[in-house]
Amino acid sequence: MKFLVFLEHHERELEKGGLGALAKAASLGEAEGVVLGAGAAEVAAQAGAFGAAKVYACEDDALAAPLPQPRVDALAAALEKSGADAVLFGSTVLSADVAAGLSARLDAGLNWDLTDLVLEGDDLVGKRPALGDTVLVDVGWTGGPRLALVRSGALDAVESGGSAEVETFQATYSDFSTLATLLEQTQEESSGPSIEDAEIIVAGGRGLGSPEAFSLLEELASALGGAVAATRAVVDAGWYPYATQVGQTGKTVAPKLYIACGISGAIQHKVGMQGSGTIVAINKDPNAPIFDFCDLGVVGDLHQIVPKLTELARSRRGGS
Amino acid sequence: MKIAVCVKQVPDATVHKRIDPQTKRLDRSGEGALNPTDLNAVEEAIRIKDAHGGEVVLVCLGPAKAVDSLRKALAMGADRALLVSDDAAAGSDLVATGKALAKALEREAPDLVLFGQASGDGDGAVLWAAVAERLRRPVISQAAELSFADGAVTGKRQTEHGYDTISAPLPAVVAVSDAINEPRYPSLKGIMGAKSKPQETLSAGDLGLDAGDVGEAGSKTTVLELGPPPSRGDTVKIEDDGSAAQKIIDYAVERRLL
Repeated sequence: MKFLVFLEHHERELEKGGLGALAKAASLGEAEGVVLGAGAAEVAAQAGAFGAAKVYACEDDALAAPLPQPRVDALAAALEKSGADAVLFGSTVLSADVAAGLSARLDAGLNWDLTDLVLEGDDLVGKRPALGDTVLVDVGWTGGPRLALVRSGALDAVESGGSAEVETFQATYSDFSTLATLLEQTQEESSGPSIEDAEIIVAGGRGLGSPEAFSLLEELASALGGAVAATRAVVDAGWYPYATQVGQTGKTVAPKLYIACGISGAIQHKVGMQGSGTIVAINKDPNAPIFDFCDLGVVGDLHQIVPKLTELARSRRGGS
Repeated sequence: MKIAVCVKQVPDATVHKRIDPQTKRLDRSGEGALNPTDLNAVEEAIRIKDAHGGEVVLVCLGPAKAVDSLRKALAMGADRALLVSDDAAAGSDLVATGKALAKALEREAPDLVLFGQASGDGDGAVLWAAVAERLRRPVISQAAELSFADGAVTGKRQTEHGYDTISAPLPAVVAVSDAINEPRYPSLKGIMGAKSKPQETLSAGDLGLDAGDVGEAGSKTTVLELGPPPSRGDTVKIEDDGSAAQKIIDYAVERRLL
């Protein structure tokens, strides 16, 4: 099976979500990539290390802003060149819109929120946790091209160390594709990794007691090289920015280590983080639901434990 | 301004959801409710109408009993409802749903099509972009703020990297995030008034769709099998006696997480 993987880039780096999908594609069959927008040709070569034999790059002016509709045109053009049987996307705000637009353009089936892809015989099968991850659903496609959005963080961007041929191309754009325009873009300043990219997340909920207590989590995250996330309750209360919200109405994350501090484990939060590799929970309430789905549960006062953790993490880092 | 709000009925959040092992579809036989994030789209539509005048039309694809859920949105202040209901449309995936919704919207020809953030059952946050493509109109998704001037809509939205402000000429398709507003509760007057508001039900055929366009026949994806999710394994639970921080570090180091 031949795959074409939609690769997004930011600040001259290909993003992990797309690279995870690419590494998976390369493990299942022939993998190609497509990179769009200003600077695409330069970053495209990075995809070789993750298994792409070839990368299509397009730098047309219509793709300068991060808007989905012109990307549907360019992606459709790349797909025609590639002739791939399946198109994979790492799930982001932008890629979800591109995938859905391409699905409508080609009348092609789109499965989303996949945590894995496997080949059964010659057929591609997607694995999709549903209903708050209480059921694992195997999903398929009735024909090609098969479109798939992969859950953020679900697939590791494994390097296989190859190199890719880069083919630049130009696309033609539908009349309606370029009607939306970007007026302004403000970058959020952050010192550490974003919660989608972080391998370690330190998350806080109501049990922190006050917005000021987030500084404890920030210190721990910084000592561990991770990122800080928050529950809906504390974001709603204005304690922490929405960009860090994990859960049903926020982001879905799957870091290697998730340290939940003062989080009860409501279903709304659970669905956003239960794909994490290892979950450590610190909570005063021994009956908090989070103790039912964590790996290590600590009943105790986070205000005592977190600063000690930070200290230990710092000394480990300093010592190693 | 004529505003169409696409809404969906989902199983009530308080009811235990299950997938019917026979049909491999979500069991929708129980109590239904309006998809919670659709309420933000309905609220925004009413606010836009209050500020700019016009009409708010609800457009829904779903079973006949979805009229109960539509009544709640009518009670909030929407003017009328269009339900596309057809047994043949059950089990529609993105391709089939997008086609049917686009047909219904073409018939209404609104200036603005609004969607809520994500549906509470399929978890998919993708339908608006598919509908915009079929209508050949611009799309803005995840909008947390909207404004209107000179025949264009401007939306501000949050992405993984910051904020984008995007403008598009009307007619346009916009999906709002649940950060955009706090949906109102219907007033008693609204609830009483909702009963007499126009509600129209159309079949797929009424919209000029063939049976092969909707439902499983028109779908390009399939559900193959249902299974239990991978187990997390056992939970180790300890009480802090002053050494918990060290134990957490040891646990993480043992598993090569640090």
